[in-house]
Amino acid sequence: MIRFLLNNQPQEIEHCDPNMTVLEYLRDELNDTATKEGCASGDCGACTVAFVELVNGELKYRTANSCITFVGNLHGKQLITAAHLKEDQQLHPVQQAMVDQHGSQCGFCTPGIVMSLFALEKRSDSYNRADTLEALSGNLCRCTGYRPIMDAAVQMYEPSADDQFVRNQEHTKKQLSKIANDSAELIELSNGNNHYYAPATLQQALELVRDHPKARLVCGGTDLALEVTQQLKEIPLMIDLSRTAELNSITVDEQQIVIGAARSIDSSVETIKQHYPEFAEMLGRFAAKQVRQQGSFGGNVGNASPIGDIPPVLLALNATLTLKSASDCRDVPTDEFFTGYRQTVLQPNELIAHINIPLPTANSHCKVYKISKRQDDDISAVLAAFNFTIDDNNIVTDARLGFGGMAATPKRATATEQALIGQPFTQASIDSAQTKIADDFQPLSDMRATSDYRLEVSRNLLQKAFVEIALAAKGDNSNTFFVDATQTRICSHA
Amino acid sequence: MRSMPNSHNKTDQALGHTGSSRKHESAHKHVTGEAIYVDDIPEPAGMLFAYCGFSPKARGKITKLNLSAVSQCEGVVAVMTADDVPGHLDIGAVFPGEPLLANGEVEFLGQPIFVVAATSYNAARKAARKAEIDIDAEPAIITVNQALDAESFVRPQHTQQRGDASSALSRSAHIVEGEQYIGGQEHFYLEGQVALAIPAEDRGMMVYSSSQHPTEVQKLVAEVLHIPMSQVTVDMRRMGGGFGGKETQAAQWACIAAIVADKTNKPVKIRLARADDMSSTGKRHPFYNQFKIGINEEGLIEGADITVNGECGFAADLSDAIVDRAMFHSDNAYYLGNAKITGNRCKTNTVSHTAYRGFGGPKGVILAERMLDDIARKVGKDPLDVRKLNLYNDEGDRNVTHYHQTVEHNILPELIEQLEDSSDYRARRAAITEFNKTSPIMKKGLALTPVKFGISFTVQHLNQAGALIHVYTDGSVQVNHGGTEMGQGLHTKVGQIVAQEFGIDISDILVTATRTDKVPNTSPTAASSGTDLNGKAAQNAAKIIKQRLVDFAVEHFGLATSAIEFSQGRIKLGAEQMTFAELCQLAYMNRVSLSSTGYYKTPKIHYDRNTASGRPFFYFAMGASCSEVLVDTLTGEYQLSRVDILHDVGTSLNPAIDVGQIEGAFAQGLGWVTTEELVWNNEGRLTTNSGATYKIPAVNDLPADFNVELFTRANPEDTIYNSKAVGEPPFMHGISVWCAIRDAVSSLSNYTVSPVIHTPATPEKVLWAVKELRQQVEKQG
Repeated sequence: MIRFLLNNQPQEIEHCDPNMTVLEYLRDELNDTATKEGCASGDCGACTVAFVELVNGELKYRTANSCITFVGNLHGKQLITAAHLKEDQQLHPVQQAMVDQHGSQCGFCTPGIVMSLFALEKRSDSYNRADTLEALSGNLCRCTGYRPIMDAAVQMYEPSADDQFVRNQEHTKKQLSKIANDSAELIELSNGNNHYYAPATLQQALELVRDHPKARLVCGGTDLALEVTQQLKEIPLMIDLSRTAELNSITVDEQQIVIGAARSIDSSVETIKQHYPEFAEMLGRFAAKQVRQQGSFGGNVGNASPIGDIPPVLLALNATLTLKSASDCRDVPTDEFFTGYRQTVLQPNELIAHINIPLPTANSHCKVYKISKRQDDDISAVLAAFNFTIDDNNIVTDARLGFGGMAATPKRATATEQALIGQPFTQASIDSAQTKIADDFQPLSDMRATSDYRLEVSRNLLQKAFVEIALAAKGDNSNTFFVDATQTRICSHA
Repeated sequence: MRSMPNSHNKTDQALGHTGSSRKHESAHKHVTGEAIYVDDIPEPAGMLFAYCGFSPKARGKITKLNLSAVSQCEGVVAVMTADDVPGHLDIGAVFPGEPLLANGEVEFLGQPIFVVAATSYNAARKAARKAEIDIDAEPAIITVNQALDAESFVRPQHTQQRGDASSALSRSAHIVEGEQYIGGQEHFYLEGQVALAIPAEDRGMMVYSSSQHPTEVQKLVAEVLHIPMSQVTVDMRRMGGGFGGKETQAAQWACIAAIVADKTNKPVKIRLARADDMSSTGKRHPFYNQFKIGINEEGLIEGADITVNGECGFAADLSDAIVDRAMFHSDNAYYLGNAKITGNRCKTNTVSHTAYRGFGGPKGVILAERMLDDIARKVGKDPLDVRKLNLYNDEGDRNVTHYHQTVEHNILPELIEQLEDSSDYRARRAAITEFNKTSPIMKKGLALTPVKFGISFTVQHLNQAGALIHVYTDGSVQVNHGGTEMGQGLHTKVGQIVAQEFGIDISDILVTATRTDKVPNTSPTAASSGTDLNGKAAQNAAKIIKQRLVDFAVEHFGLATSAIEFSQGRIKLGAEQMTFAELCQLAYMNRVSLSSTGYYKTPKIHYDRNTASGRPFFYFAMGASCSEVLVDTLTGEYQLSRVDILHDVGTSLNPAIDVGQIEGAFAQGLGWVTTEELVWNNEGRLTTNSGATYKIPAVNDLPADFNVELFTRANPEDTIYNSKAVGEPPFMHGISVWCAIRDAVSSLSNYTVSPVIHTPATPEKVLWAVKELRQQVEKQG
């Protein structure tokens, strides 16, 4: 049985197909049609809802695409939709701002946009353009051109923050803590055929994985749900790892950042930013806010997609993965994790527990580039992550170049790396290394890019990294390649 | 935040009359999710869910169709094929050739072959995938060039001529020529195709369809069921976006729901999943255009030989008129001198392409802007100067188009000057040229491009509209008209018009769902004409009722007509006054009809296809935009830094809605020329069939510096309150972004070479243009 709050109403679901999405639950089970289906694949944001969770005694508001969130994931949360914001026939300030600024035309994306703005308003006290762009990056509107929606975001902070959710917050906390009270309880949901388990502890999780080697592991479900909504598959058994505290931690010690595999991508960004700002910046362009808040860091590694954005960076940073089973624990370098297209060394009785990212050294330079047709909410044609170690004599002592979109797995450009290691970090070395890219990769042509473009842009990104690191850092303006470091990038969220 | 210009008259503003920035009539319902779309209608008891099985091949004969596995799936109630259609199988909107379900052969990958009805949406979808379909595949034509080589056309060629193009070209100082591929565009309406059909007595059918053309849905449902049109009612409250994609192509799904409802005698809903919607419904036509123009030393165009080739897909649909409109707009704002424009309608084994905001126009306009940029590089001038040089003007016959319509009331020279100033074009041009000299990787580009767009359906009979107004005895007013609401604010504007006519508060007016049993024989809501046509028809109906009220008051109170005035919800009757409601009640008691239809047809328009001449357009809507981009020459990525738009809507009926249309149209045009790439593989499969692979602009793709202003000048033609249509024309402002990208790349040659960048200009295409141009410059030494 799962327990959650539908706005203020405690709900329990005992029997249901765990393959049901939150959107289907709202529209088909509750006949609540305020939340719309635009794509059923998490690409448009029309179905955006707010999830509220109790974190360290505080209510934390975020968004999710209800179309690719399994209903079991509601356990322990408050679910708020656009239908819940109005109070005594009075529009919520966020809704009123959208009306006043002419922020809706056809209105179909509007409930989702309202929920993204609502969750944003709950997270921050005043308008900030960059945060607003980020919050709306996963909400497509085909009518307005977004300007009036941005204006609504400005207006929504104008009235006092006093709304029913603020007034009810102590009560909501009590209700949520009551649900979450039995933190050691194993949550189960089933319709008799299909089963879903949400363990509360790592130990429970490991035992479940041991006992059900064919189960699919899920956290946010943002990738797995596509098999259900797009391929119309039924997943008979799911183990949801998102509740386990041990897999949700993030710590930094003297050597490394240790990220729990179930931790959301969004909540990992702040810590990463302190050590690898370029990695964090790329994560700001990973899918969209809804997916980053729902999807897990480990999920992007574990699904072993050749176009996942995190694995190439882990390759470049020489990260290791801690794999656990009920009886064993082992550390595997990211290099050795991916064995083929969507294949890994992960055994059926194992799960990824942590991702361990070594801290940068004094001489290391990390660069991360995401190449896609659209800046936000797009899948990379090429993801290039470089980590150069350059000693005081300008000699490259180490180079790790991780690429996505270039092969059947996330993969290092080892021939290119070898061409650089031991060489001075100069234009001539870069020129020579660029010729090796085609030895490392024979990428595919697909709807995102041609093979030729993937190769060409990979070579050019080496050049770009060189310019950014070597010349801009030195302020050497005699070289023809001199350029203000701020002018080598197309910056999102300017 | 933008403060909206409003009507000067404060009372009119408070009452929500024309000129005020009245909120969208459904805004409150949009933000709460209370607005009902077809899929939100409470499900009638016993409702079934229909879904289609689609062709896995682009072309061939169906040699085996075994549906027994489909029938045996859990929840399946009925399975139907072309053989089970009781009436007409062909649902071609204008020309035949579009079977409701494939009949023995398939003509594109994704074509519906059969329909299955089940007790749930998921059951129907899953069952539809169980069919055993064998197709004896035949060689398929996938690209426009393959179609041209094979002389495969859906309709005959058409040519427009003015003077002798070939001799003009032979005399010109310079020839500029080239070819331009222009990608298609997915509508990506957020609400996909959906219909609900409910059987009525006597085999009648009630249909709820997300359609821009309820009358056509009515006609086709009647035809496939083989019943009179009078037995079919289509109701359309609102669409979650249309953009042309629901002009003809909503009908198929409504017809499919109807045949299943007719067979099972149960309500039936069909709603396409996004990937199927994208694969199985038509898009903006891809085009391949060729041009050869003769210019003098100054860059003045003397002659033009242009061929536009529209990739129509497997059937004609609206392609004849769409390619015509591309031909009509190949001049954009410029006098082409001696010109010959040829249009081909190429047949391919892909989905039948259809209407999309601009309807062919953008594919002409973008070609014109390509040509003007190329001329500028050839003669070494700023592209804006070459554009201004070639604008239509009133010297001699330099105001006559290649289809022999005179361009009247040409405000473009003045409008461009105003935008040139307000966008600070010259100073920015100088600064950008400087920046590009010293910045080796990042390059900036700037472009200011105009648009002149012809308003009217080029098919004459469509330029008519009807309305129906009921005034009730409490003074409340119900308005119905033939136009459909897809977000563009049509119902809001029509409400404002009726409120203004009666001098009452717009809150007393309800514009109801478009219904074929209220206003019959309507035109699609398309060609930007919704308000022009239906606004006039509603005004006409209101005027008729108002006249009856005045006539009644004259007689009843013994007053002169001049003593009666409708204003601010009150009726002045000489020295006395009463409320609108009181007058209506009194009129009713005295047996005055308070209901009327209204009608309108556009005057002055005609076009003779035999001579390729006439006046197809009642007037032109105009505007200009100025875009600045930053291009990364190592990756081909770019960023839009600033956009200024000045656009002509005549006297605005609702400035907020008009600005919303301009901004939204720009965003769509931006997507069309930049990130929205449709990719069909060699088998004819659309590989960009989801939001994951097809990229419409997201919030961060719009510039932080985005300035949109209305050019306020009354339309000299007698349009509704002298306004101008606004739906489509601003779409073409997106073209300035593409021109700015070309400008940035051209800077690598110090503006001597005009790069070839086919659209959409994805980062990949931009990078190849950079590479090609660098090689060209090297060659030239």
